[in-house]
Amino acid sequence: MTKIIIGRYIPGSALIYKFDARGKLLVTFLFVFAIFLANNWPTYLVATLYTGLAIMGTGLRAHVFWDGVKPMVLLILFTSALQLFFSTGGTVYFHWWGLWLTSTGIVNAIFIFLRFTLIILISTVMTVTTQPLAISDAMEWLLTPLKWVGVPVAQLALVMSIALRFVPTLFDETLKIMNAQKARGADFNSGGLIKRSKAIAPLIIPLFISSLEIAVDLATAMEARGYQGTSGRTRYRVLSWQKYDLLNAGAFVVLLILLKVLG
Amino acid sequence: MSIKFKHVSYVYAPATPFEQKGLDDVSFELKENQFIALIGHTGSGKSTLMQHFNALLQPSSGEIALAGHRITPTTKQRDLKTLRQQVSLVFQFPEAQLFESTVLADIAFGPKNFGYTDAEAKKLALKWLEKVGLPKSIANKSPFELSGGQMRRVAIAGVMAYEPAILCLDEPAAGLDPKGRHMMLELFKAYQARGHTVILVTHNMDDVADYADDVLVMEHGRLLRHTTPSEVFKDRAWLLKHGLGQPAASEFAAQLAENGLPLLPQPLTLTALTHRLVAHFKGGE
Repeated sequence: MTKIIIGRYIPGSALIYKFDARGKLLVTFLFVFAIFLANNWPTYLVATLYTGLAIMGTGLRAHVFWDGVKPMVLLILFTSALQLFFSTGGTVYFHWWGLWLTSTGIVNAIFIFLRFTLIILISTVMTVTTQPLAISDAMEWLLTPLKWVGVPVAQLALVMSIALRFVPTLFDETLKIMNAQKARGADFNSGGLIKRSKAIAPLIIPLFISSLEIAVDLATAMEARGYQGTSGRTRYRVLSWQKYDLLNAGAFVVLLILLKVLG
Repeated sequence: MSIKFKHVSYVYAPATPFEQKGLDDVSFELKENQFIALIGHTGSGKSTLMQHFNALLQPSSGEIALAGHRITPTTKQRDLKTLRQQVSLVFQFPEAQLFESTVLADIAFGPKNFGYTDAEAKKLALKWLEKVGLPKSIANKSPFELSGGQMRRVAIAGVMAYEPAILCLDEPAAGLDPKGRHMMLELFKAYQARGHTVILVTHNMDDVADYADDVLVMEHGRLLRHTTPSEVFKDRAWLLKHGLGQPAASEFAAQLAENGLPLLPQPLTLTALTHRLVAHFKGGE
């Protein structure tokens, strides 16, 4: 039946796909902080090059990344515009009421624009090249310290994995119920707000019921196979560091050094 | 009037890495008011084909003509509501579509959508509640209090209540007990005999042998054969090669033949098998 894309993962075979999910998640996370080390043209150039290399490394078409940035475009432009018109300092080109157009403003606006865009692009690289389940496993690993203060990290990660696992199932179920109701003459796509929200009941109620049934069945099936909580469970998907991960870490360390030296 | 598919192809998720052919150049013509079986192993495109009958899926290319409508890749969905009334679909495990607070309201949902007044819809609902073999006493119960088999019947009543000219059913008897299964299929056969077209998607070759006038065999999204049950069940080796089987009666006769008791012509149903056996032994004595 219909295959759907969970999250934004796009299958591929480039080297970056082989990087360990933990490494990718960690680098993405640290990149957000590292970008604040950039404060002049050379450092932003280095950060942009790093992002560009990562994007090229995915071997995917450019529009994938544009799709990642698109939802944020307004926010980025708005923030950049604030920087553009409200910063003072440097040469004043234009002054009207509270608005200033200054050389510092222009530079700051460009920097803010780059900072935002690069962060989004790097996280897009991570999400399109890493399977959602692997991200969930990596999160569990990153959250390990919380275990020591009594947070049930393993259970939470299991909940997340199960949720991800059932996204396609529920999607199929939704489609199926929607089709069944459409066949009975239900109309989900016309009428005003009230009519549309009423039309949703024949979809939501069966979906709710089948989700509960699926959940109960799953719980029974898990208990039947001896699941009693997570202490001492081994795992089926084992994340393991590979030599490629040195490349991932190495590239990031080089980025950090360059940012520090040039900044 | 007939049901015509002309070079119909359907592609799932076109222009993505998940692109997949659902139907591949399918052409056929079906007579109306017949009982048509649609067979093929899992993933052969039966369900995809079925959803084309009432345009839940529109062909990516090709053309469909049925019930006075023409469906092409560019037909607008909003022009299809009258088609949905004439051609209806019962999906696998249709009990998942129940949502109303009472059984009666759920069966009346379809008729109301297709423009029947509340009173008319209620009358139809009561009529079909009985037709599917349920007692009137459950009319005001919640559908979720019923047993699985009863829910199935309510769901099927909900689709038959607006009396579509063409009724497509995807494994309607899956998971029912033998008695329930027999009752359901007799209901569909009687519906067809009263001047409607019934299209049955099934894995059960006995149902095909017992009820169908015409058979479509699908494989890999393509129409493999379009013929009568007696033709399709003739060649056992061909059936097995395509992941299908023979009806129990034919299977039994084939084993008799292997052991030196050929019965010709090949029986498809248990009744035919009994007759052949009786004739054989009486004739032999």
